Amino acid sequence: MAKVLVVTSGKGGVGKTTSTAALGAALAQSGQNVVVVDFDVGLRNLDLVMGAERRVVFDLINVVQGVAKLPQALIRDKRLENLWLLPASQTRDKDALTDEGVGRVIAELRSRFDWILCDSPAGIERGATLAMRYADEAVIVTNPEVSSVRDSDRIIGMLDSKTVKAERGERVEKHVLITRYDPARAARGEMLNIDDILEILATPLLGIIPESQDVLKASNVGTPVTLNNAESAPARAYIDAARRLMGEEVAMVVPAERKGFMNRLLGRRAA
Amino acid sequence: MSLNLLRLFGGRNATAPVARERLQILLAHERGLLGQSDLLVTLREEILAVVSKHVALDPDKVIVKLERGKTVSTLEVDIEVPNNFDKKALAQRRMAG
Repeated sequence: MAKVLVVTSGKGGVGKTTSTAALGAALAQSGQNVVVVDFDVGLRNLDLVMGAERRVVFDLINVVQGVAKLPQALIRDKRLENLWLLPASQTRDKDALTDEGVGRVIAELRSRFDWILCDSPAGIERGATLAMRYADEAVIVTNPEVSSVRDSDRIIGMLDSKTVKAERGERVEKHVLITRYDPARAARGEMLNIDDILEILATPLLGIIPESQDVLKASNVGTPVTLNNAESAPARAYIDAARRLMGEEVAMVVPAERKGFMNRLLGRRAA
Repeated sequence: MSLNLLRLFGGRNATAPVARERLQILLAHERGLLGQSDLLVTLREEILAVVSKHVALDPDKVIVKLERGKTVSTLEVDIEVPNNFDKKALAQRRMAG
């Protein structure tokens, strides 16, 4: 049965789009039929991160408004034949999206795909609430930093009250994905540690993505990091997270600090 | 030895515990204000209506809170009742009304 998963955060710049692309590609790499949907109307970027920016003809709003049919707007990934993108509109504003129209598109996507990943815009306004509206599951992307954790908490409250599932008295299955984790800073006690974040948000952990050059390199060339360099630390973390989404038990790897000579001499351990 | 060194060098500038404490205090407060979903508002109004039938209440002294936990959440209902809430007071209120 198809699963609708929203990738959300409240705060901007924490890695929602990167994570949508990486998780979508990782799910597709393991054989699932996946569509990634950009809900960031007016500020679309998922097309760019996926490397499909020059192939956009129709978009989500065209489909919602009946200007284009869904198959006309879907863009097939050049590397994986079972990975698709439904881009957002760059010229329209978010008011062009209606609850009812989004519901219709999601229902149609459910009949075609195993996974529908909705890349939410930042904020808590209409675009963000529509992105989560029909979700079965949610990935809350959080940086180990106070403002991001606070916004995640707010978003969790919305997932528990403003989604169709919540209104029916059911639960949206929620997962926290910690991104831009810096093991060295965590070891020095300069960064909120993972246990603290999970305790504060009272939500299970999907994965920990280390801060890495590989993420930037992948977005520079328009390739999801799991496809660009599958052996890199962030790619492996995303691949593990995708396997957990599919119900597999995968041991959690906390990114470790690369020990320098002095640290090794002192026997310091990364937390 | 190495652990002590870690504390000595790492512990002094550790700001993460401060971040954690500030967040916990802030979110406990915000969940009370912003977290008030429609459900909590409805619950509060209906509880107030039921209890007011029998007890004279100050509506501001009825607090309904929902605490989110890992496996279960708790619904906390805190109603402050004045000492002279007996029927005489209620009868007087009815007469007046």
